[in-house]
Amino acid sequence: MHSFNLSLEHITKIEGNASLSVKVEDGKVKEVNFKTMEYKRFFTEAMKGKSISALPAHLARICGTCSNAHIICSIEACENAIGITATEQTKILRALTLHGLIIRDHALHLYLFSMPDIYGKDAFLDFDENNPEEHQLLHDGFEVKAAGNFLATLISGRSVHATYPAVGGFLHFPDKAGIDEAIKKLQSVRPAILRLIEVFKNAPFHFDRKTQYMALVPEYSYGYINGSIKTSKGETYGEDKFRDHLEHVVLPYSQASAYQYDGEGYMVGALARVNLAKDLLHPETKKSLKSLGDILNLFPSTDIFYNNLAQAIEILHSVDESIDLLSNNNFAAEPLIKVMPREGVGIGVIEAPRGTLYHKVVVGADGLVKEGEVIVPTGQNQINIERDVATLVQNLLPDTPKEKIEFEIEKLIRAYDPCMSCAAHFLKVNWE
Amino acid sequence: MDEAKKIKIGWFSFSCCEDNTIVMTEVMNDHWQEWKKIFDFRHVRVLKSKNIYNEFDIAFIEGAIASDEQETQLKDIRSRSKKLVAVGACAVVGLPAGQRNTFTAEQNQSIQFLIDRFKALPKVLRVKDVVKVDAEIPGCPMSPDNFLKVVNDLVAELQK
Repeated sequence: MHSFNLSLEHITKIEGNASLSVKVEDGKVKEVNFKTMEYKRFFTEAMKGKSISALPAHLARICGTCSNAHIICSIEACENAIGITATEQTKILRALTLHGLIIRDHALHLYLFSMPDIYGKDAFLDFDENNPEEHQLLHDGFEVKAAGNFLATLISGRSVHATYPAVGGFLHFPDKAGIDEAIKKLQSVRPAILRLIEVFKNAPFHFDRKTQYMALVPEYSYGYINGSIKTSKGETYGEDKFRDHLEHVVLPYSQASAYQYDGEGYMVGALARVNLAKDLLHPETKKSLKSLGDILNLFPSTDIFYNNLAQAIEILHSVDESIDLLSNNNFAAEPLIKVMPREGVGIGVIEAPRGTLYHKVVVGADGLVKEGEVIVPTGQNQINIERDVATLVQNLLPDTPKEKIEFEIEKLIRAYDPCMSCAAHFLKVNWE
Repeated sequence: MDEAKKIKIGWFSFSCCEDNTIVMTEVMNDHWQEWKKIFDFRHVRVLKSKNIYNEFDIAFIEGAIASDEQETQLKDIRSRSKKLVAVGACAVVGLPAGQRNTFTAEQNQSIQFLIDRFKALPKVLRVKDVVKVDAEIPGCPMSPDNFLKVVNDLVAELQK
């Protein structure tokens, strides 16, 4: 194996459509291009002129699976632009919206996308119902997903493109029967999540190297909406300063953008969050993790395959936190805080399932959007993904068959849980 | 069920946010045991790696058509499929994926270099602008109930 080009036209079991090409010359990896195959849909151009009340639902359409993260982030940006402060109940309902999303989205990734690699299967549905372990996991997978879907639907109207969250509050409120059922469902899937954590703790895949990471870290308890940006270098800065630290990188071969931090690639997502905020996890989550063998001692880690384990831990945290929030709060109908248009610039930063999500909106005195910007997690992981694939392939040369290299590349990319629908949504006029 | 008698399913995503794919995987939470018995998911990239691209009893098409390449691929899928179903708003009405169709001249000018760079079509198309469609499931995303109704009706027809 001396010089060759390797090309994966369609990477499977990820969100959206991505391809990858690797150029090897004289036994050395010269170039890796990870690119989205999604066509641009120009959301940041289309948002211009929209009313801010309509903006969050519009930007949700950037991505199906991450839609509820885009809604909450866009609402935060819009409210910051016009000076609305959400009520305590609204904050709780938004937190629950993201917990529902984390449960169902991580479960989709872990069971349907990543777990088949561990069990040597092509698809999750190929798991053998006559094998007790595989039978259990099959049922676990769909039950955990269903519990997250139920929570998301109860709180936000739909698990995809939620209809209840709005600028100024919520349009609908959970009833007692729904809350009781959600608690029951969440409690019932807890044993399945512990089995999931064990599967990914014991998974035989590892890929470690030095890398930077960052996440939005709350002050008191582990969550996805508030806090400050913290980095692996120990720096901390406010949400409004997040964008100032990112450098946009042009990728002429892809319909997406990439970002660097301090001149280097970095990583966002569940692994970054658990690394930076593991002490803030729910007490019940920590107790269970301890009983499974001090799993939190594995963090901080830069082994990208532990991103899967970190996602499994987050599912457990979101279940425990949701049970608490649903059990200890009464939810009553509240009117929306009225939108009073005024000129302003608003920033929203939240942790979406795949990492830090940034929305900026510039609003005119008429309440219409003048312009905006959206930075998605996959764009932030892009440079790391390419660099890691280069290292992986180099390590596998010269003796590994091409098919095996391709499988290993897909497995590594899957561990990042990229979202190509998000990556291709927008327009960057400074490309040329 | 005998593997050969299973209904061959293809699921294809073009220009969209893939919300219908997610809804399909959520509907699966309650129906996977029955679907495993009757469906051969032979080309569904979100579910598997070893996809088979030959013939389909039902091809589900999500998303709008944004390039010549996508148009050619959609026609090819049609030629291999007994039934073709457009799922979700982007496939059925072309929006919001095709929102650039509604842009002003000034907006179009600002994005033209990207349309050129990636050889996108001048106008984004609906699925039925390109091929014959047997059923449509509108919605952004499609509603799980409407999806199940179309699936069940087609299964009944194909199993006659």
